Amino acid sequence: MSTGTPASQKIALEFKSTSLTVPVLLLASNDTSLVDQQLKEKVAQAPEFFKNSPLLIDLQKLNSQNLAIDVAEIVAVVRQHGFMPVGVRGGNDKQNSDALAMNLPQHSIHGSNAPLVNKAPAKTLPVPVQEESKEASPPVENKLITQPIRSGQRVYAKGDLIVTATVSAGAEIMAEGNIHIYGSLRGRALAGVLGNVDSRIFCSDLQAELISIAGIYQISDDLKHAAHKPVQISLDNQTLIIKDI
Amino acid sequence: MARIIVVTSGKGGVGKTTTSAAIAMGLAKKGHKTAVIDFDVGLRNLDLIMGCERRVVYDLVNVINNEATLNQALIRDKRCDQLYILPASQTRDKDALTTEGVGKILEELAKDFKYIVCDSPAGIERGATLAMYFADDAFVVTNPEVSSVRDSDRMLGILSSKSRRAEKGEEPIKEYLLLSRYSPDRVKLGEMLSVDDVQEILSLHLLGVIPESKSVLSASNAGTPVILDEESDAGQAYADIVARYLGETKPHRFIEEEKKGLFSKLFGSK
Repeated sequence: MSTGTPASQKIALEFKSTSLTVPVLLLASNDTSLVDQQLKEKVAQAPEFFKNSPLLIDLQKLNSQNLAIDVAEIVAVVRQHGFMPVGVRGGNDKQNSDALAMNLPQHSIHGSNAPLVNKAPAKTLPVPVQEESKEASPPVENKLITQPIRSGQRVYAKGDLIVTATVSAGAEIMAEGNIHIYGSLRGRALAGVLGNVDSRIFCSDLQAELISIAGIYQISDDLKHAAHKPVQISLDNQTLIIKDI
Repeated sequence: MARIIVVTSGKGGVGKTTTSAAIAMGLAKKGHKTAVIDFDVGLRNLDLIMGCERRVVYDLVNVINNEATLNQALIRDKRCDQLYILPASQTRDKDALTTEGVGKILEELAKDFKYIVCDSPAGIERGATLAMYFADDAFVVTNPEVSSVRDSDRMLGILSSKSRRAEKGEEPIKEYLLLSRYSPDRVKLGEMLSVDDVQEILSLHLLGVIPESKSVLSASNAGTPVILDEESDAGQAYADIVARYLGETKPHRFIEEEKKGLFSKLFGSK
């Protein structure tokens, strides 16, 4: 019986596994002063967004081009900009042991989204510093709204947005993550506003003026077939999919 | 402690002034000292509905500009000595209103009065936002049609975000729905939104339904708040609303179509 268990045998901890979304700094240059300067510009665009943000330093690209870099130096640079490095990946033995000496663990490159991000810089500006991957987000700040959202009101959530009341016609709700509405949705709902294509909208009564995920939208004229039903809306290859739930 | 009630709607012509006059008279007749203020500076109407247009000397803007004292500007109602009217200025515009000025007047009135009814102008501009800024309770007057319902919804959003209570993080304004110009037979024909339709959109506590009634127009023209016409359906509806606001339980009326007797069917009376 558990009551008979001595105090020393009581369960005091447990190991669990979780997956986190962390911004990745993909280095494409070993010139630390250049990195320093471009980081500064990036951070200046959204100082609050990057403040005390965890950061994984990716050295894979540098090493594939045989560009040597001092881990201690780059860590000092990112810390200076308010980031909190939580590890390195894609480094060589020397870099990994240097990182370990600074209490920064080595992360496996396996299962990373490196290919996805490698493609991105080719399309966009030739910026050697890719401050984060597509899925990367700041510490999640979900928002819960229990009062009706009235016409003309706007609500923005940095994470998921959960509304347990009605969203009136003429109201606009936006979230960087998913949107859940447990009342009627009569206004506009925009999920994944920063481009998260995996975000979804769930609502128990769809009468929306407009729904959008990652910028792909449909207006109420297109939604007639799904109106007045509980649905979930997701994005599949640039097309909004509306399914009953 | 005085209770400040704002009568508002967003949309014009839904019955804000009629409601303000009726509610203020109703509260006063129940023995509560009540003041009713017209915030529609430039489009003064309340004095006509209250039948005191010939007795206006000073107005709200005069008091704000310290050109008159509050006591000089307040007009005592001839029918009920518990009721006072503070008219709006007809020669100025709404920019003459200031938050500090209105706040000072309401603070002074609150020392003396039990209820202060603020008749808001239409729209969501200065006059309307100042009328509701200091409110404790809001009577949202809505007609059973889509544009009025949407405007009310917008007004409710402003009430919950831009009032003094919202800015100070106090308990939010208590909001009540007054559905006016309601005609059950037109609802039945599908020409008008029903009480349930409006309730579903606004999700708001219904204080009462005021039927579309000829008595409202004749009362307005006569300068008598319609609540004094105890025979009329609209007058009774307002009396019910005042009673419910003061905590009495009264079943809702005027929602269902009246059953016409054989007699009235034959002679088409009413």
